[in-house]
Amino acid sequence: MNRLSWFNTVSLTLGFAFLYIPMLILVIYSFNASKLVTVWAGFSTRWYGELLHNEAFLDAAWVTLKVAVFSSSIATVLGTMAAYVLVRGNRFLGRTLFSGMIYAPLVMPEVITGLSLLLLFIGIGLDRGVLTIVLAHTTFSMCYVSVVVSSRLVTFDRSLEEAALDLGCSPAQAFRLVTLPIIAPAVISGWLLAFTLSLDDLVIASFTAGPSSTTLPIKIFSAVRLGVSPEINALSTVMIAIVAVGVIAASLVSKRSLVRQQKDEQEAARAQ
Amino acid sequence: MRRLLLIAVPYLWLLALFLVPFIIVLKISLSDIALAIPPYTPTLDFAAGWAGIKAFFAGLDFENFIWLTEDDLYWKAYLSSLTIALISTVLTLMIGYPIAYGMARAPGEWRPTLMMLIILPFWTSFLIRVYSWMGILSQEGFLNQFLLWTGIINEPLIILNTKIAVYIGIVYTYLPFMILPIYAALDRLDESLIEAAEDLGCSRLSAFWLITVPLSKNGIAAGCFLVFIPALGEFVIPSLLGGSGTLMIGKVLWEEFFSNRDWPVASAVAIVLLLLLVIPIVLFQRNQQKQAEAEQ
Repeated sequence: MNRLSWFNTVSLTLGFAFLYIPMLILVIYSFNASKLVTVWAGFSTRWYGELLHNEAFLDAAWVTLKVAVFSSSIATVLGTMAAYVLVRGNRFLGRTLFSGMIYAPLVMPEVITGLSLLLLFIGIGLDRGVLTIVLAHTTFSMCYVSVVVSSRLVTFDRSLEEAALDLGCSPAQAFRLVTLPIIAPAVISGWLLAFTLSLDDLVIASFTAGPSSTTLPIKIFSAVRLGVSPEINALSTVMIAIVAVGVIAASLVSKRSLVRQQKDEQEAARAQ
Repeated sequence: MRRLLLIAVPYLWLLALFLVPFIIVLKISLSDIALAIPPYTPTLDFAAGWAGIKAFFAGLDFENFIWLTEDDLYWKAYLSSLTIALISTVLTLMIGYPIAYGMARAPGEWRPTLMMLIILPFWTSFLIRVYSWMGILSQEGFLNQFLLWTGIINEPLIILNTKIAVYIGIVYTYLPFMILPIYAALDRLDESLIEAAEDLGCSRLSAFWLITVPLSKNGIAAGCFLVFIPALGEFVIPSLLGGSGTLMIGKVLWEEFFSNRDWPVASAVAIVLLLLLVIPIVLFQRNQQKQAEAEQ
């Protein structure tokens, strides 16, 4: 193919600069010795040390992690079930309502989801805490999981499942031995998506969290409202680093498994 | 039996935690405010059975909605949310299209990396990405330092806590949503069509307007909806980057609920916001369907 024209080179360079410079500045200034965030006063890891001793942040991080692990795991199970029902299931009563309820939370403004769940929890007398945040996060992230998984289910060859059934598998065995391994990458990316959505969420957590169960985004938001602080910069840098390592590692793993799969297929073709 | 369980579990979950809460919002938006806990008088009493339902319809009033039309705070907030969402969608399109175009024209071996660089910010915390602009746009921030240093300006510009900062925040956080569908459309575009147009005497620019833009219009539409819909109900960006003068309906709802503790009015605000969203969502759905049909 062709070389990039100057116009495309300029637009790509400016575009990526716009996307990455703000985060780069944040990372660089998290190593700033000065308490004034915008004035450089030499390299220091002081704010990282203070972060490690900030009990409030550590507690909030622990709550956030707990919520994210539980909600994304439940959401993956429920979302995969929902995707299976939507793609494979025949007609059943209220199918339209069901698919509507899967897609609606994706476009629902967070303030409305949060408000409505809070009103429900108060209505049934459930005390707000970790449990209510998990319930809330599971509800909206299971819809994302179900969209990711159903896009994989649509493209996969149904005759494989039928062959397993013909050869004497029970439907549950066919799902476990044939379907699940094939859709596994989509299920895993669904889980990852649910996990990051839960880590990230401020609005819905603010509505559904109780006073004793503050999550990290709630903590960051209330600190940031007062202005920029070097400690938050350090915390942000840690979070950016974790995500960057995670995403790059995941893409390398999936690339390698793709290469291996292609090699296997070639060898299988040669053996025939 | 097992099949029934498979359907019933996610179904009941969504009914209990999505549909029922939504009906509660609808109900409370039709209730009266009261100084109690919870701070409203329920209008519908299911326990009273049929009599309760009859009393509900007899006592139904749209007081809170009428209140919304009388106080011009809400009008202004809805209107300014709509204009902010609209303007920032157009800005995102203008910035996102050239990037998507450049990606689609880049050598094949670069594209996976470019794709990953677009997706990576999407995985990083939304809150942190918005926060990163606070240090850049403030009066003694990096942008002002830079502009003062180059001598373009003599006095620091006031950007943080204005609408401009909100536009920048929305464009920045939602840019990947605009780029990805446009890139997908441009990637599929058959380049020989453009060559044919140029052979037949089109200038490059008119080939772009006559071939490339119409063929990527589904991607453009998808990208615009993906930016417009969340921008309309946005809360974090206007509350961190916008000032007290930037009215957006997500922020009004938040304050009505947490500061004023007026739950019925907060619920009514939510219902009207949803009504505003119905039109773009239906259009988006139709666009996606058309695209799916075109691919088949």
